[in-house]
Amino acid sequence: MSQVTQIAQPFNSHIPTESYDAIVVGGGHNGLVCAAYLAKAGKKVLVLESRHILGGAAASDEIFPGFTFSVYSYVVSLFRPHIVRELDLTRHGYQVIPLECTFTPFPDGESMTRCGDPEATRREIARFSPTDAEVAPRFSLAMTQMASFIKHLIDSPAPDLTALRISEVAKLLGLGRRFKALADGGKYVFTKLMTMSAVEFLNLWFESDRLVGPMSVSGIIGTFLGVRSPGTAYVLLHHYMGEIDGAFRSWGFSKGGTGGVSLACARAARSFGADIRTQAAVEKIILRAGKAAGVVVRGGHEIKSKTVISAVDAHQTFFKMIGAQHLDADFVQQLKRFKYRGSSAKVNLAVDRLPDFGCKPGDGPHLRGDITIAPGVEYLEKAYDDAKYGNFSERPFLDIVIPSLTDPTVAPPGKHVISIFVQYAPYHLKEGPEQWPAKREALGDTVVDTLAEYCPDIKDSILHRQVVTPWDLEQDVGLTEGNIFQGELSLEQLGPFRPVSGWSRYQTPIDHLWMCGSCVHPGGGIMGAPGELAAKTLLKSS
Amino acid sequence: MPIPTPFHDRTASLCTSHRWTDWAGYCAVCSYNLPNDSEYYALRHAAGLIDISPLFKYEVTGPDAAAFLSRIMTKNIEDIPGGRAVYCCWCDDFGKIIDDGTVFRLDKDRLRVHTAEPMLAWFKQFKRGFNVTLEDMTAKIAAVAIQGPTSRKILRQITDVDLDALAYYRVLTVQLDKLPVLISRTGYTGDLGYEIWVENAAALPLWDALMSAGKPYLLQPVGLDVLDIARIEAGLMLNGVEFHNAAHCLVELQKSTPFELGLGWTVDLEREPFCGQRALSAEQAAGSRFAFVGLELDWDEQQALYAKHGLPVQFNRGAWRSGVPVYNNDGSRQIGKATSGTWSPIVKKNLALASVETRYAQNGTVLKIEYTVEYRRETVSAVVAPMPFYNPEHKKT
Repeated sequence: MSQVTQIAQPFNSHIPTESYDAIVVGGGHNGLVCAAYLAKAGKKVLVLESRHILGGAAASDEIFPGFTFSVYSYVVSLFRPHIVRELDLTRHGYQVIPLECTFTPFPDGESMTRCGDPEATRREIARFSPTDAEVAPRFSLAMTQMASFIKHLIDSPAPDLTALRISEVAKLLGLGRRFKALADGGKYVFTKLMTMSAVEFLNLWFESDRLVGPMSVSGIIGTFLGVRSPGTAYVLLHHYMGEIDGAFRSWGFSKGGTGGVSLACARAARSFGADIRTQAAVEKIILRAGKAAGVVVRGGHEIKSKTVISAVDAHQTFFKMIGAQHLDADFVQQLKRFKYRGSSAKVNLAVDRLPDFGCKPGDGPHLRGDITIAPGVEYLEKAYDDAKYGNFSERPFLDIVIPSLTDPTVAPPGKHVISIFVQYAPYHLKEGPEQWPAKREALGDTVVDTLAEYCPDIKDSILHRQVVTPWDLEQDVGLTEGNIFQGELSLEQLGPFRPVSGWSRYQTPIDHLWMCGSCVHPGGGIMGAPGELAAKTLLKSS
Repeated sequence: MPIPTPFHDRTASLCTSHRWTDWAGYCAVCSYNLPNDSEYYALRHAAGLIDISPLFKYEVTGPDAAAFLSRIMTKNIEDIPGGRAVYCCWCDDFGKIIDDGTVFRLDKDRLRVHTAEPMLAWFKQFKRGFNVTLEDMTAKIAAVAIQGPTSRKILRQITDVDLDALAYYRVLTVQLDKLPVLISRTGYTGDLGYEIWVENAAALPLWDALMSAGKPYLLQPVGLDVLDIARIEAGLMLNGVEFHNAAHCLVELQKSTPFELGLGWTVDLEREPFCGQRALSAEQAAGSRFAFVGLELDWDEQQALYAKHGLPVQFNRGAWRSGVPVYNNDGSRQIGKATSGTWSPIVKKNLALASVETRYAQNGTVLKIEYTVEYRRETVSAVVAPMPFYNPEHKKT
């Protein structure tokens, strides 16, 4: 909190009266990255954030005294290294601590720990399948090749498939050239990746369900799809693209929670002269002769601006702040078809001791990484079955991290925060999404019960429990239908199709209105790329 | 064959990687774990415990103790009040560096010197005329460094002494968990940290007390590999890497002077004679040929070199000290050498420590450094940058 007040002022403490070059609606990490780039280029920029803290879904908050939760998003991987360099974010406090390993406990008392020691990992996998143990590094290499091929896509605006401009054709040709440069085997792998389900794709390599289960979940995070749904293989790749210090597929904790990344972006934006205000909910984007000309903040304050850049999702921007009456019918139709259908929740625990897993008792490196409750494909499919009919999973997939084991600033000494990502928790409950508040604690109980099957004493250790349902994500952070990526990251909603075909280049049908949130290319995750690319595209166009 | 340090029983059981090196004849842990990233992050975000027992330790006592050391060191030790520590170096008659280290003034007549190399014989040659006793304490005293942002909180758990009063480069005799120790606010990581000096017999109880108090504060044992990254981030030099003891050098070119190493601030020229004084005065008047600088390698150029081979940038794990040439801006002439370097996970830059001709030493000067990619020798731009590269506020507060 105190850190936020050093960077941003509450809106009402000093209402801006002047006119701006650009107003960024939403102080999430993308909005802040965008603002930083614009301010660095000399633009007069104002960021308006509706909440009392910055970061949107990449925010840290002291929910329980002494315990700082990464309330929503919880790990960092995809954040673009060149943004760190260009905005000098390390100087502004950007610090990411890599996760050491992946630990998967199984209900039969077994467990698998995959870590940065390749030989130890090989021995561990070989306990279940000696073949898989040898294949695993080959799989990693293939995915690294795919990731370095596809990485170029996320570091530039999506190619426009319809434009016949030289630059667009060159971009497609460049992609073609890189595809051609892939070894033949690589080309096949890529084609399969684009079409198959995560499980089918992994089964091409691995025989053990104990490996395929936990690995396949990367294909479904944040989507309303199952691990056997076609197209999920590609999403798997999204989780191999993250790099920390040159190591692909590495994930990390931001010091002080994921809000630390947002605060670093905010400090950078401030250092370049951007003005940042909290408790400034934008109600309306002002249109003059069909063009964006400013915003109206709750309380009726109008602020003028040459350009408005929305970092909130497409639904909020166009249906809440603009109004369908100002848009073409076809555009409105496409916006309505854009899938949100949030499928995940978060449970954050403050605990007085470390969880003790029956299958691997005591403290150890296995607790310092990613703990996955995804013991097999059938378990995950069953979890999806519940969601298909409007229930949260009776036994959900859980992705658990304990950041307080590597970052002493987020919990009192000897105590810990446990962050649990939960899927499936569908926004569309069969009783209706508005029933979520009544079901919130039941979901919390289910999650704790699921975890207690692996570490029975967890219940006694809980000092505080926070349950964030998809409904809460929508109400509190403005994520439509609680989709953590501002719209599902499924193949047909990526690249040139995100969020609307023909409008993936950050511009919108409303002149002077731009988009820079996760709902535009290259999408969600604490990546910063939409904010950066939007700012760079805007600067180039003006 | 290296021998165990007094902490060996503990370090050996924790060293799961079985990676050891020889440090001055002692077994020293390179890294406790494989990979050792967690040791680095513990050092920078929590705290690390490093066995530094192999440092050479000499006790100088007697009414002339400070005058004696002033005769040897470039710094005037007589000026240093009790309870203070100083970093300094010492030279031969020609002003060429022999070694560097810390000197603690425990009280008026009692000082302790810590060196990288054995120095008994070197120190002894200055004894004539001084009323001092010189004792080699190396094998009698164990030492451990506790470094990192939570180090003070950890020590607070096991002592009643007000550690806030123990300022940067101060020393104090205290009880830690009822064990009498000497504690100094010193270190080799450029962060908040302490070094603790203890009789051998109390080494293991001290280690246990620190580890147990440190657990809630995420203390981890840390090996020398990670320490090497940290000291480069802190811009701290290492004997045998950044410079060589002049007494071991065959030719003049291998020797260096305190001024050339950026240690001019440790040289007090205007005082009673000390070893190397005349040469150092002359050098100060004439100017030095070389300067010690920090370099930050240009990212885009590194990336472009890898891209030529279709590769993403490869990161070396850990620090290097193999030494590479440094050239002027257009690459036409070698003007120095980079002696060690590392990728810094916290600064997010490739860093190097270098010795360059003085006129290339201004901050902001762009030089070229040799950079090998896929067995091809290339160069990338490197800019002279202020050091320390990493300098957290809490280091001195």
